[in-house]
Amino acid sequence: MIEVIYILWLRQLKHYWRSKPRLLGSLGQPLLFLVTFGFGFGPMYASASGGGNYLDFLAPGIVSMSILFTAVFSGLEVIWDRQFGFLKETMVAPISRTEIMIGKTLGGATIAMIQGLIVLSLTYVLGFRILSLASLALGLVFMFLIAIFFTGLGLAIASMMKDMQGFQLIMNFLIMPIFFLSGALFPLENLPKAIYFISRIDPLTYGVDGLRGAIAGMSTFGVFNDLVVIGLLSVLVCTVGAFLFSKVEA
Amino acid sequence: MQNILSVQSLTKKFDDFTAVKDISFNVETGSIFAFLGPNGAGKSTTIKMLTTVLKPTSGKISINGFNVLKEQDQARASFGIVFQDPSLDEELTAYENIVYHAVIYKVPKKERDERIKKALEIVGLWNRREDYVKNYSGGMKRRLEIARALVHYPKILFLDEPTVGLDPQTRNSIWSHIRGLNKEKGMTIFLTTHYMEEAEAVADQIAIIDHGKIIESGTVEEIKKRTETQSLEEAFLKLTGRDIRDDNIGDKTRKRRGIRRRIRH
Ligand SMILES: Nc1ncnc2c1ncn2[C@@H]1O[C@H](COP(=O)(O)OP(=O)(O)OP(=O)(O)O)[C@@H](O)[C@H]1O
Ligand SMILES: [Mg+2]
Repeated sequence: MIEVIYILWLRQLKHYWRSKPRLLGSLGQPLLFLVTFGFGFGPMYASASGGGNYLDFLAPGIVSMSILFTAVFSGLEVIWDRQFGFLKETMVAPISRTEIMIGKTLGGATIAMIQGLIVLSLTYVLGFRILSLASLALGLVFMFLIAIFFTGLGLAIASMMKDMQGFQLIMNFLIMPIFFLSGALFPLENLPKAIYFISRIDPLTYGVDGLRGAIAGMSTFGVFNDLVVIGLLSVLVCTVGAFLFSKVEA
Repeated sequence: MQNILSVQSLTKKFDDFTAVKDISFNVETGSIFAFLGPNGAGKSTTIKMLTTVLKPTSGKISINGFNVLKEQDQARASFGIVFQDPSLDEELTAYENIVYHAVIYKVPKKERDERIKKALEIVGLWNRREDYVKNYSGGMKRRLEIARALVHYPKILFLDEPTVGLDPQTRNSIWSHIRGLNKEKGMTIFLTTHYMEEAEAVADQIAIIDHGKIIESGTVEEIKKRTETQSLEEAFLKLTGRDIRDDNIGDKTRKRRGIRRRIRH
Protein backbone atom coordinates (compact mmCIF):
# COMPACT_ATOMS: atom_id res chain seq x y z
CA MET A 1 0.00 0.00 0.00
CA ILE A 2 2.61 2.55 1.12
CA GLU A 3 5.04 1.46 -1.56
CA VAL A 4 2.41 1.77 -4.30
CA ILE A 5 1.55 5.30 -3.18
CA TYR A 6 5.26 6.09 -2.95
CA ILE A 7 6.02 4.97 -6.51
CA LEU A 8 3.11 6.98 -7.93
CA TRP A 9 4.33 9.99 -5.98
CA LEU A 10 7.91 9.46 -7.05
CA ARG A 11 6.97 9.33 -10.71
CA GLN A 12 5.32 12.73 -10.53
CA LEU A 13 8.27 14.27 -8.73
CA LYS A 14 10.64 12.90 -11.35
CA HIS A 15 8.52 14.47 -14.09
CA TYR A 16 8.64 17.77 -12.24
CA TRP A 17 12.41 17.81 -11.71
CA ARG A 18 13.12 16.76 -15.25
CA SER A 19 11.06 19.50 -16.80
CA LYS A 20 13.16 22.57 -16.00
CA PRO A 21 11.36 24.92 -18.41
CA ARG A 22 8.07 24.18 -16.70
CA LEU A 23 9.67 24.71 -13.31
CA LEU A 24 11.11 28.10 -14.28
CA GLY A 25 8.18 29.16 -16.43
CA SER A 26 5.73 28.69 -13.62
CA LEU A 27 7.73 31.10 -11.45
CA GLY A 28 7.45 33.91 -13.99
CA GLN A 29 3.79 34.59 -13.39
CA PRO A 30 3.91 34.90 -9.58
CA LEU A 31 6.98 37.11 -9.84
CA LEU A 32 5.26 39.34 -12.38
CA PHE A 33 2.17 39.64 -10.19
CA LEU A 34 4.22 40.38 -7.08
CA VAL A 35 6.20 43.13 -8.74
CA THR A 36 3.50 44.80 -10.87
CA PHE A 37 0.64 44.56 -8.40
CA GLY A 38 2.91 45.12 -5.44
CA PHE A 39 4.31 48.37 -6.76
CA GLY A 40 1.24 49.34 -8.77
CA PHE A 41 -1.41 49.07 -6.08
CA GLY A 42 0.88 49.52 -3.06
CA PRO A 43 0.30 53.28 -2.67
CA MET A 44 -3.45 52.96 -3.25
CA TYR A 45 -3.76 50.18 -0.68
CA ALA A 46 -1.69 52.15 1.83
CA SER A 47 -3.94 55.20 1.63
CA ALA A 48 -7.18 53.16 1.61
CA SER A 49 -6.22 51.02 4.58
CA GLY A 50 -4.68 53.84 6.53
CA GLY A 51 -1.01 52.98 6.16
CA GLY A 52 -1.18 49.20 5.60
CA ASN A 53 1.58 47.43 3.69
CA TYR A 54 0.18 45.92 0.47
CA LEU A 55 3.00 43.39 0.20
CA ASP A 56 1.89 41.84 3.51
CA PHE A 57 -1.57 41.47 2.01
CA LEU A 58 -0.44 40.35 -1.43
CA ALA A 59 2.33 37.85 -0.56
CA PRO A 60 0.03 35.13 0.87
CA GLY A 61 -2.30 35.66 -2.08
CA ILE A 62 0.45 35.12 -4.64
CA VAL A 63 1.79 32.08 -2.79
CA SER A 64 -1.75 30.65 -2.91
CA MET A 65 -1.99 31.50 -6.60
CA SER A 66 1.14 29.55 -7.49
CA ILE A 67 -0.09 26.60 -5.46
CA LEU A 68 -3.51 26.77 -7.11
CA PHE A 69 -2.20 26.70 -10.66
CA THR A 70 0.49 24.09 -10.07
CA ALA A 71 -1.93 21.83 -8.21
CA VAL A 72 -4.71 21.98 -10.79
CA PHE A 73 -2.19 21.42 -13.56
CA SER A 74 -0.73 18.31 -11.88
CA GLY A 75 -4.23 16.97 -11.51
CA LEU A 76 -5.00 17.51 -15.15
CA GLU A 77 -1.79 15.70 -16.15
CA VAL A 78 -3.85 12.54 -15.96
CA ILE A 79 -5.40 13.59 -19.26
CA TRP A 80 -1.96 13.61 -20.82
CA ASP A 81 -1.35 10.16 -19.41
CA ARG A 82 -4.55 9.07 -21.06
CA GLN A 83 -3.56 10.52 -24.43
CA PHE A 84 -0.09 8.99 -24.34
CA GLY A 85 -1.56 5.68 -23.22
CA PHE A 86 0.22 5.43 -19.88
CA LEU A 87 -2.98 5.72 -17.86
CA LYS A 88 -3.96 2.18 -18.91
CA GLU A 89 -0.80 0.82 -17.33
CA THR A 90 -1.82 2.20 -13.94
CA MET A 91 -5.54 1.51 -14.27
CA VAL A 92 -5.26 -2.22 -15.04
CA ALA A 93 -2.93 -2.84 -12.11
CA PRO A 94 -4.35 -4.75 -9.12
CA ILE A 95 -4.32 -1.68 -6.89
CA SER A 96 -7.30 0.08 -5.41
CA ARG A 97 -8.58 3.28 -7.01
CA THR A 98 -8.15 4.92 -3.62
CA GLU A 99 -4.43 4.14 -3.68
CA ILE A 100 -4.18 5.70 -7.13
CA MET A 101 -6.06 8.78 -5.97
CA ILE A 102 -3.93 9.17 -2.84
CA GLY A 103 -0.66 8.65 -4.70
CA LYS A 104 -1.54 11.13 -7.41
CA THR A 105 -2.95 13.69 -4.99
CA LEU A 106 0.15 13.55 -2.79
CA GLY A 107 2.41 13.76 -5.84
CA GLY A 108 0.65 16.80 -7.26
CA ALA A 109 0.35 18.43 -3.84
CA THR A 110 4.05 17.98 -3.12
CA ILE A 111 4.97 19.67 -6.38
CA ALA A 112 2.55 22.50 -5.64
CA MET A 113 4.05 22.85 -2.15
CA ILE A 114 7.57 23.10 -3.56
CA GLN A 115 6.39 25.71 -6.01
CA GLY A 116 4.65 27.60 -3.19
CA LEU A 117 7.78 27.50 -1.06
CA ILE A 118 9.88 28.91 -3.89
CA VAL A 119 7.39 31.77 -4.31
CA LEU A 120 7.38 32.32 -0.56
CA SER A 121 11.16 32.75 -0.68
CA LEU A 122 10.72 35.23 -3.53
CA THR A 123 8.40 37.31 -1.35
CA TYR A 124 11.09 37.27 1.31
CA VAL A 125 13.54 38.74 -1.17
CA LEU A 126 10.99 41.46 -1.96
CA GLY A 127 10.73 42.34 1.71
CA PHE A 128 7.87 40.23 3.09
CA ARG A 129 8.53 38.96 6.61
CA ILE A 130 6.73 36.18 8.49
CA LEU A 131 5.94 36.93 12.14
CA SER A 132 7.41 33.81 13.76
CA LEU A 133 8.35 30.19 13.22
CA ALA A 134 5.02 29.10 14.64
CA SER A 135 3.21 31.23 12.05
CA LEU A 136 5.35 29.69 9.35
CA ALA A 137 4.41 26.20 10.53
CA LEU A 138 0.71 27.07 10.49
CA GLY A 139 1.20 28.70 7.09
CA LEU A 140 2.71 25.47 5.76
CA VAL A 141 -0.37 23.59 6.92
CA PHE A 142 -2.58 25.94 4.91
CA MET A 143 -0.33 25.74 1.87
CA PHE A 144 -0.52 21.96 2.05
CA LEU A 145 -4.30 21.93 2.35
CA ILE A 146 -4.69 24.32 -0.60
CA ALA A 147 -2.37 22.04 -2.57
CA ILE A 148 -4.32 18.91 -1.64
CA PHE A 149 -7.70 20.45 -2.40
CA PHE A 150 -6.80 21.73 -5.84
CA THR A 151 -4.82 18.67 -6.92
CA GLY A 152 -7.82 16.61 -5.89
CA LEU A 153 -10.11 18.93 -7.83
CA GLY A 154 -7.87 18.70 -10.91
CA LEU A 155 -7.87 14.90 -10.67
CA ALA A 156 -11.62 14.74 -10.25
CA ILE A 157 -12.11 16.93 -13.33
CA ALA A 158 -9.51 15.00 -15.30
CA SER A 159 -11.22 11.71 -14.56
CA MET A 160 -14.27 13.02 -16.40
CA MET A 161 -12.44 14.52 -19.38
CA LYS A 162 -11.43 12.48 -22.40
CA ASP A 163 -8.87 14.84 -23.92
CA MET A 164 -7.18 18.21 -23.57
CA GLN A 165 -9.92 20.05 -25.50
CA GLY A 166 -11.75 21.05 -22.37
CA PHE A 167 -8.61 22.32 -20.66
CA GLN A 168 -9.00 25.97 -21.70
CA LEU A 169 -12.62 25.88 -20.68
CA ILE A 170 -11.75 24.68 -17.18
CA MET A 171 -8.97 27.25 -16.90
CA ASN A 172 -11.01 30.26 -18.04
CA PHE A 173 -14.35 29.48 -16.48
CA LEU A 174 -13.34 27.75 -13.27
CA ILE A 175 -9.76 28.29 -12.19
CA MET A 176 -9.37 31.95 -13.17
CA PRO A 177 -12.58 33.03 -11.39
CA ILE A 178 -11.54 30.95 -8.39
CA PHE A 179 -8.29 32.86 -8.30
CA PHE A 180 -9.58 36.40 -8.93
CA LEU A 181 -12.51 36.13 -6.54
CA SER A 182 -10.60 34.53 -3.68
CA GLY A 183 -9.32 37.71 -2.13
CA ALA A 184 -5.77 36.89 -3.20
CA LEU A 185 -5.31 40.31 -4.81
CA PHE A 186 -7.82 42.61 -3.09
CA PRO A 187 -9.80 42.62 0.17
CA LEU A 188 -13.25 41.03 -0.06
CA GLU A 189 -15.03 43.97 1.48
CA ASN A 190 -17.61 46.46 0.18
CA LEU A 191 -18.24 44.26 -2.87
CA PRO A 192 -21.38 44.08 -5.03
CA LYS A 193 -23.76 41.37 -3.79
CA ALA A 194 -23.13 38.87 -6.58
CA ILE A 195 -19.35 39.05 -6.30
CA TYR A 196 -19.58 38.92 -2.53
CA PHE A 197 -21.64 35.75 -2.75
CA ILE A 198 -19.31 34.06 -5.22
CA SER A 199 -16.28 34.92 -3.15
CA ARG A 200 -17.88 33.18 -0.15
CA ILE A 201 -18.45 29.93 -2.01
CA ASP A 202 -14.96 30.03 -3.52
CA PRO A 203 -12.89 27.38 -1.71
CA LEU A 204 -9.66 29.31 -2.28
CA THR A 205 -11.10 32.24 -0.28
CA TYR A 206 -10.71 30.21 2.90
CA GLY A 207 -7.26 28.99 1.93
CA VAL A 208 -6.00 32.49 1.20
CA ASP A 209 -7.64 33.92 4.31
CA GLY A 210 -6.16 31.21 6.49
CA LEU A 211 -2.70 31.53 5.00
CA ARG A 212 -2.85 35.29 5.35
CA GLY A 213 -4.00 34.94 8.94
CA ALA A 214 -1.17 32.54 9.66
CA ILE A 215 1.79 34.28 8.07
CA ALA A 216 0.69 37.93 7.88
CA GLY A 217 -1.64 38.17 10.83
CA MET A 218 -4.68 39.38 8.85
CA SER A 219 -7.81 37.27 8.64
CA THR A 220 -11.47 37.90 7.89
CA PHE A 221 -13.04 34.63 9.03
CA GLY A 222 -10.58 33.53 11.68
CA VAL A 223 -7.76 31.06 11.09
CA PHE A 224 -9.50 28.22 12.88
CA ASN A 225 -12.64 28.51 10.79
CA ASP A 226 -10.56 28.62 7.63
CA LEU A 227 -8.73 25.49 8.72
CA VAL A 228 -11.98 23.61 9.27
CA VAL A 229 -13.47 24.68 5.93
CA ILE A 230 -10.46 23.94 3.73
CA GLY A 231 -9.72 20.74 5.67
CA LEU A 232 -13.23 19.38 5.19
CA LEU A 233 -13.30 20.41 1.55
CA SER A 234 -10.02 18.56 0.93
CA VAL A 235 -11.40 15.36 2.41
CA LEU A 236 -14.59 15.78 0.38
CA VAL A 237 -12.87 16.39 -2.95
CA CYS A 238 -10.53 13.42 -2.47
CA THR A 239 -13.43 11.13 -1.65
CA VAL A 240 -15.35 12.26 -4.70
CA GLY A 241 -12.17 11.94 -6.78
CA ALA A 242 -11.58 8.36 -5.62
CA PHE A 243 -15.17 7.52 -6.54
CA LEU A 244 -14.86 9.11 -9.99
CA PHE A 245 -11.58 7.28 -10.53
CA SER A 246 -13.27 3.96 -9.97
CA LYS A 247 -15.45 4.76 -12.98
CA VAL A 248 -12.60 5.74 -15.31
CA GLU A 249 -12.18 3.86 -18.57
CA ALA A 250 -8.60 4.28 -19.71
CA MET B 1 -9.02 -29.24 -17.78
CA GLN B 2 -10.26 -26.08 -16.11
CA ASN B 3 -11.01 -22.83 -17.86
CA ILE B 4 -9.00 -19.85 -16.68
CA LEU B 5 -11.06 -17.51 -18.83
CA SER B 6 -14.70 -17.83 -19.58
CA VAL B 7 -16.70 -15.35 -21.66
CA GLN B 8 -20.47 -15.41 -22.05
CA SER B 9 -22.54 -13.31 -24.46
CA LEU B 10 -20.07 -10.45 -24.41
CA THR B 11 -21.27 -7.36 -26.30
CA LYS B 12 -19.82 -3.89 -26.72
CA LYS B 13 -21.62 -1.00 -28.38
CA PHE B 14 -20.05 2.35 -29.21
CA ASP B 15 -23.08 4.60 -29.68
CA ASP B 16 -25.05 2.78 -32.37
CA PHE B 17 -22.10 0.75 -33.65
CA THR B 18 -21.70 -2.74 -32.22
CA ALA B 19 -18.00 -3.64 -32.15
CA VAL B 20 -18.42 -6.97 -30.36
CA LYS B 21 -21.62 -8.96 -30.80
CA ASP B 22 -22.63 -11.52 -28.25
CA ILE B 23 -19.46 -13.63 -28.25
CA SER B 24 -18.86 -16.61 -25.97
CA PHE B 25 -15.76 -18.74 -25.57
CA ASN B 26 -13.54 -20.47 -23.00
CA VAL B 27 -9.79 -20.60 -22.64
CA GLU B 28 -8.26 -23.63 -20.93
CA THR B 29 -5.80 -23.15 -18.11
CA GLY B 30 -2.24 -23.55 -19.38
CA SER B 31 -3.07 -23.26 -23.07
CA ILE B 32 -1.99 -20.83 -25.77
CA PHE B 33 -5.06 -19.24 -27.32
CA ALA B 34 -4.88 -17.16 -30.51
CA PHE B 35 -7.62 -14.66 -31.22
CA LEU B 36 -7.47 -13.81 -34.91
CA GLY B 37 -9.40 -11.53 -37.19
CA PRO B 38 -9.10 -8.78 -39.81
CA ASN B 39 -8.53 -5.13 -38.89
CA GLY B 40 -11.46 -3.72 -36.99
CA ALA B 41 -12.92 -7.14 -36.21
CA GLY B 42 -13.17 -6.37 -32.50
CA LYS B 43 -10.09 -8.11 -31.07
CA SER B 44 -8.69 -5.18 -29.11
CA THR B 45 -12.14 -4.15 -27.92
CA THR B 46 -12.62 -7.66 -26.55
CA ILE B 47 -9.22 -7.66 -24.84
CA LYS B 48 -9.96 -4.27 -23.30
CA MET B 49 -13.17 -5.62 -21.82
CA LEU B 50 -11.40 -8.73 -20.54
CA THR B 51 -8.80 -6.55 -18.82
CA THR B 52 -11.21 -4.05 -17.15
CA VAL B 53 -10.19 -1.16 -19.40
CA LEU B 54 -13.60 -0.98 -21.07
CA LYS B 55 -16.98 -1.75 -19.57
CA PRO B 56 -18.98 -4.27 -21.60
CA THR B 57 -22.45 -3.26 -22.75
CA SER B 58 -23.58 -6.70 -21.62
CA GLY B 59 -22.19 -10.16 -20.95
CA LYS B 60 -20.19 -12.04 -18.35
CA ILE B 61 -16.45 -12.52 -17.99
CA SER B 62 -14.65 -14.65 -15.46
CA ILE B 63 -10.87 -14.81 -15.11
CA ASN B 64 -9.22 -17.26 -12.74
CA GLY B 65 -12.63 -17.75 -11.12
CA PHE B 66 -13.20 -14.02 -10.50
CA ASN B 67 -16.01 -11.99 -11.97
CA VAL B 68 -14.16 -9.33 -13.96
CA LEU B 69 -16.98 -6.82 -13.58
CA LYS B 70 -17.43 -7.21 -9.84
CA GLU B 71 -14.18 -8.57 -8.41
CA GLN B 72 -11.95 -6.28 -10.43
CA ASP B 73 -8.93 -6.22 -8.15
CA GLN B 74 -8.66 -10.01 -7.85
CA ALA B 75 -9.14 -10.36 -11.59
CA ARG B 76 -6.51 -7.70 -12.24
CA ALA B 77 -4.04 -9.53 -10.03
CA SER B 78 -4.49 -12.61 -12.21
CA PHE B 79 -3.55 -11.20 -15.59
CA GLY B 80 -0.82 -9.32 -17.40
CA ILE B 81 -1.33 -7.37 -20.58
CA VAL B 82 0.61 -5.93 -23.49
CA PHE B 83 -1.68 -3.44 -25.20
CA GLN B 84 -1.71 -2.88 -28.93
CA ASP B 85 -1.11 0.85 -28.54
CA PRO B 86 1.71 2.42 -26.54
CA SER B 87 1.51 2.48 -22.76
CA LEU B 88 4.97 3.56 -21.61
CA ASP B 89 5.97 6.68 -19.72
CA GLU B 90 8.38 8.31 -22.15
CA GLU B 91 9.73 10.72 -19.55
CA LEU B 92 11.06 7.86 -17.45
CA THR B 93 13.94 5.51 -18.21
CA ALA B 94 13.26 1.94 -19.27
CA TYR B 95 14.36 0.74 -15.85
CA GLU B 96 12.10 3.19 -14.04
CA ASN B 97 9.14 2.09 -16.16
CA ILE B 98 9.67 -1.51 -15.27
CA VAL B 99 10.26 -0.82 -11.56
CA TYR B 100 7.00 1.15 -11.51
CA HIS B 101 5.27 -1.86 -12.96
CA ALA B 102 6.88 -4.30 -10.52
CA VAL B 103 5.76 -2.17 -7.57
CA ILE B 104 2.16 -1.64 -8.65
CA TYR B 105 1.90 -5.37 -9.40
CA LYS B 106 3.33 -6.12 -5.96
CA VAL B 107 6.28 -8.24 -7.07
CA PRO B 108 8.04 -9.26 -3.82
CA LYS B 109 10.94 -6.89 -3.11
CA LYS B 110 13.49 -9.70 -2.78
CA GLU B 111 12.78 -11.01 -6.26
CA ARG B 112 12.34 -7.69 -7.98
CA ASP B 113 15.88 -6.90 -9.16
CA GLU B 114 16.48 -10.38 -10.46
CA ARG B 115 13.19 -10.64 -12.35
CA ILE B 116 13.63 -7.21 -13.89
CA LYS B 117 17.13 -8.09 -15.02
CA LYS B 118 15.95 -11.33 -16.55
CA ALA B 119 13.03 -9.72 -18.35
CA LEU B 120 15.23 -6.99 -19.80
CA GLU B 121 17.81 -9.53 -20.91
CA ILE B 122 15.23 -11.59 -22.76
CA VAL B 123 14.34 -8.61 -24.93
CA GLY B 124 17.94 -7.46 -25.17
CA LEU B 125 17.50 -4.14 -23.40
CA TRP B 126 19.54 -4.69 -20.24
CA ASN B 127 22.39 -2.52 -21.50
CA ARG B 128 20.03 0.26 -22.51
CA ARG B 129 18.03 0.26 -19.29
CA GLU B 130 19.15 3.73 -18.19
CA ASP B 131 18.01 5.37 -21.44
CA TYR B 132 14.88 7.47 -21.52
CA VAL B 133 12.07 5.70 -23.30
CA LYS B 134 11.55 8.75 -25.53
CA ASN B 135 14.97 8.00 -27.03
CA TYR B 136 14.05 4.40 -27.84
CA SER B 137 13.16 3.16 -31.33
CA GLY B 138 9.66 1.83 -31.98
CA GLY B 139 10.80 -1.78 -31.76
CA MET B 140 12.70 -1.16 -28.53
CA LYS B 141 9.59 0.36 -26.97
CA ARG B 142 7.63 -2.71 -27.94
CA ARG B 143 10.26 -4.99 -26.47
CA LEU B 144 10.20 -3.01 -23.25
CA GLU B 145 6.42 -3.38 -23.00
CA ILE B 146 6.75 -7.11 -23.39
CA ALA B 147 9.55 -7.30 -20.82
CA ARG B 148 7.41 -5.29 -18.43
CA ALA B 149 4.51 -7.72 -18.72
CA LEU B 150 6.85 -10.58 -17.83
CA VAL B 151 8.02 -9.36 -14.42
CA HIS B 152 4.93 -10.27 -12.42
CA TYR B 153 4.30 -13.89 -13.47
CA PRO B 154 0.55 -13.53 -14.20
CA LYS B 155 -1.77 -16.53 -14.44
CA ILE B 156 -2.89 -15.40 -17.87
CA LEU B 157 -1.03 -13.06 -20.19
CA PHE B 158 -2.86 -11.05 -22.86
CA LEU B 159 -0.74 -10.03 -25.83
CA ASP B 160 -2.41 -7.72 -28.35
CA GLU B 161 -0.25 -7.94 -31.49
CA PRO B 162 2.92 -8.20 -29.41
CA THR B 163 5.38 -8.71 -32.22
CA VAL B 164 4.22 -6.07 -34.65
CA GLY B 165 7.19 -4.10 -36.01
CA LEU B 166 9.82 -6.39 -34.51
CA ASP B 167 12.71 -7.98 -36.37
CA PRO B 168 12.70 -11.78 -36.82
CA GLN B 169 15.47 -12.29 -34.26
CA THR B 170 13.51 -10.55 -31.55
CA ARG B 171 10.30 -12.26 -32.54
CA ASN B 172 11.89 -15.67 -32.26
CA SER B 173 13.45 -14.87 -28.92
CA ILE B 174 10.19 -13.50 -27.53
CA TRP B 175 8.07 -16.40 -28.73
CA SER B 176 10.48 -18.98 -27.43
CA HIS B 177 10.48 -17.25 -24.07
CA ILE B 178 6.69 -17.00 -24.01
CA ARG B 179 6.43 -20.67 -24.85
CA GLY B 180 8.88 -21.38 -22.04
CA LEU B 181 6.72 -19.49 -19.56
CA ASN B 182 3.70 -21.39 -20.82
CA LYS B 183 5.39 -24.76 -20.38
CA GLU B 184 7.35 -24.18 -17.17
CA LYS B 185 5.04 -21.91 -15.23
CA GLY B 186 1.79 -23.08 -16.81
CA MET B 187 1.03 -19.48 -17.76
CA THR B 188 -1.96 -19.21 -20.08
CA ILE B 189 -1.33 -17.05 -23.14
CA PHE B 190 -4.07 -15.14 -24.98
CA LEU B 191 -2.71 -13.48 -28.08
CA THR B 192 -3.77 -11.67 -31.20
CA THR B 193 -1.57 -11.39 -34.25
CA HIS B 194 -1.81 -10.82 -37.97
CA TYR B 195 1.14 -13.16 -38.59
CA MET B 196 -0.68 -16.40 -39.32
CA GLU B 197 2.49 -18.48 -39.25
CA GLU B 198 3.16 -17.27 -35.69
CA ALA B 199 -0.31 -18.28 -34.60
CA GLU B 200 0.00 -21.62 -36.39
CA ALA B 201 3.31 -22.31 -34.68
CA VAL B 202 2.39 -21.46 -31.10
CA ALA B 203 -1.37 -21.73 -30.60
CA ASP B 204 -3.18 -24.71 -29.10
CA GLN B 205 -6.59 -23.18 -29.73
CA ILE B 206 -7.73 -20.56 -32.20
CA ALA B 207 -10.82 -18.40 -32.50
CA ILE B 208 -11.49 -16.27 -35.54
CA ILE B 209 -13.57 -13.13 -35.13
CA ASP B 210 -15.00 -11.00 -37.90
CA HIS B 211 -17.36 -8.03 -37.65
CA GLY B 212 -17.59 -8.60 -33.92
CA LYS B 213 -18.68 -12.24 -34.18
CA ILE B 214 -16.73 -15.44 -33.69
CA ILE B 215 -17.02 -17.26 -36.98
CA GLU B 216 -14.75 -20.24 -36.33
CA SER B 217 -12.83 -21.85 -33.48
CA GLY B 218 -10.84 -24.97 -32.70
CA THR B 219 -7.31 -26.27 -33.12
CA VAL B 220 -5.29 -25.37 -36.23
CA GLU B 221 -5.83 -28.88 -37.57
CA GLU B 222 -9.58 -28.75 -37.04
CA ILE B 223 -9.89 -25.39 -38.76
CA LYS B 224 -7.78 -26.45 -41.72
CA LYS B 225 -9.83 -29.59 -42.08
CA ARG B 226 -13.17 -27.84 -41.89
CA THR B 227 -12.16 -25.19 -44.41
CA GLU B 228 -10.34 -27.73 -46.62
CA THR B 229 -7.17 -25.64 -46.71
CA GLN B 230 -3.46 -26.33 -46.29
CA SER B 231 -2.44 -23.50 -44.00
CA LEU B 232 -3.98 -21.27 -41.38
CA GLU B 233 -3.48 -18.28 -43.65
CA GLU B 234 -5.54 -19.87 -46.42
CA ALA B 235 -8.21 -20.86 -43.94
CA PHE B 236 -8.26 -17.31 -42.56
CA LEU B 237 -8.66 -15.78 -46.02
CA LYS B 238 -11.32 -18.25 -46.95
CA LEU B 239 -13.30 -17.49 -43.82
CA THR B 240 -12.94 -13.72 -43.79
CA GLY B 241 -12.81 -12.96 -47.51
CA ARG B 242 -10.16 -11.15 -49.49
CA ASP B 243 -11.52 -7.61 -49.30
CA ILE B 244 -9.65 -4.98 -47.41
CA ARG B 245 -11.62 -3.72 -44.43
CA ASP B 246 -13.09 -0.26 -44.28
CA ASP B 247 -11.49 0.02 -40.90
CA ASN B 248 -12.61 2.60 -38.40
CA ILE B 249 -15.82 3.55 -40.14
CA GLY B 250 -18.73 3.09 -37.77
CA ASP B 251 -22.33 2.51 -38.84
CA LYS B 252 -23.16 6.17 -38.30
CA THR B 253 -20.51 7.35 -40.73
CA ARG B 254 -21.46 4.67 -43.18
CA LYS B 255 -25.04 5.83 -43.20
CA ARG B 256 -24.05 9.46 -43.39
CA ARG B 257 -21.79 8.82 -46.32
CA GLY B 258 -24.43 6.68 -47.95
CA ILE B 259 -22.16 3.68 -48.08
CA ARG B 260 -24.16 0.52 -48.10
CA ARG B 261 -22.81 -1.92 -45.58
CA ARG B 262 -22.00 -5.32 -46.87
CA ILE B 263 -23.93 -7.74 -44.72
CA ARG B 264 -22.30 -11.04 -43.87
CA HIS B 265 -23.51 -13.85 -41.73
N1 LIG C 1 -13.60 4.03 -28.55
C1 LIG C 1 -14.22 3.68 -29.69
N2 LIG C 1 -15.26 4.40 -30.15
C2 LIG C 1 -15.90 4.04 -31.29
N3 LIG C 1 -15.59 2.98 -32.03
C3 LIG C 1 -14.56 2.21 -31.62
C4 LIG C 1 -13.81 2.52 -30.43
N4 LIG C 1 -12.86 1.58 -30.28
C5 LIG C 1 -12.98 0.74 -31.32
N5 LIG C 1 -14.00 1.11 -32.13
C6 LIG C 1 -14.44 0.41 -33.35
O1 LIG C 1 -14.68 -0.93 -33.02
C7 LIG C 1 -14.25 -1.79 -34.07
C8 LIG C 1 -13.32 -2.83 -33.53
O2 LIG C 1 -12.10 -2.23 -33.14
P1 LIG C 1 -10.91 -3.05 -32.51
O3 LIG C 1 -9.86 -2.09 -32.11
O4 LIG C 1 -11.42 -3.96 -31.49
O5 LIG C 1 -10.40 -3.88 -33.77
P2 LIG C 1 -9.23 -4.94 -33.86
O6 LIG C 1 -9.84 -6.26 -34.17
O7 LIG C 1 -8.36 -4.87 -32.69
O8 LIG C 1 -8.46 -4.44 -35.16
P3 LIG C 1 -6.89 -4.32 -35.48
O9 LIG C 1 -6.47 -5.61 -36.07
O10 LIG C 1 -6.85 -3.24 -36.51
O11 LIG C 1 -6.20 -3.97 -34.24
C9 LIG C 1 -13.64 -0.89 -35.14
O12 LIG C 1 -14.59 -0.68 -36.16
C10 LIG C 1 -13.36 0.40 -34.40
O13 LIG C 1 -13.48 1.50 -35.26
MG1 LIG D 1 -6.48 -4.32 -32.33
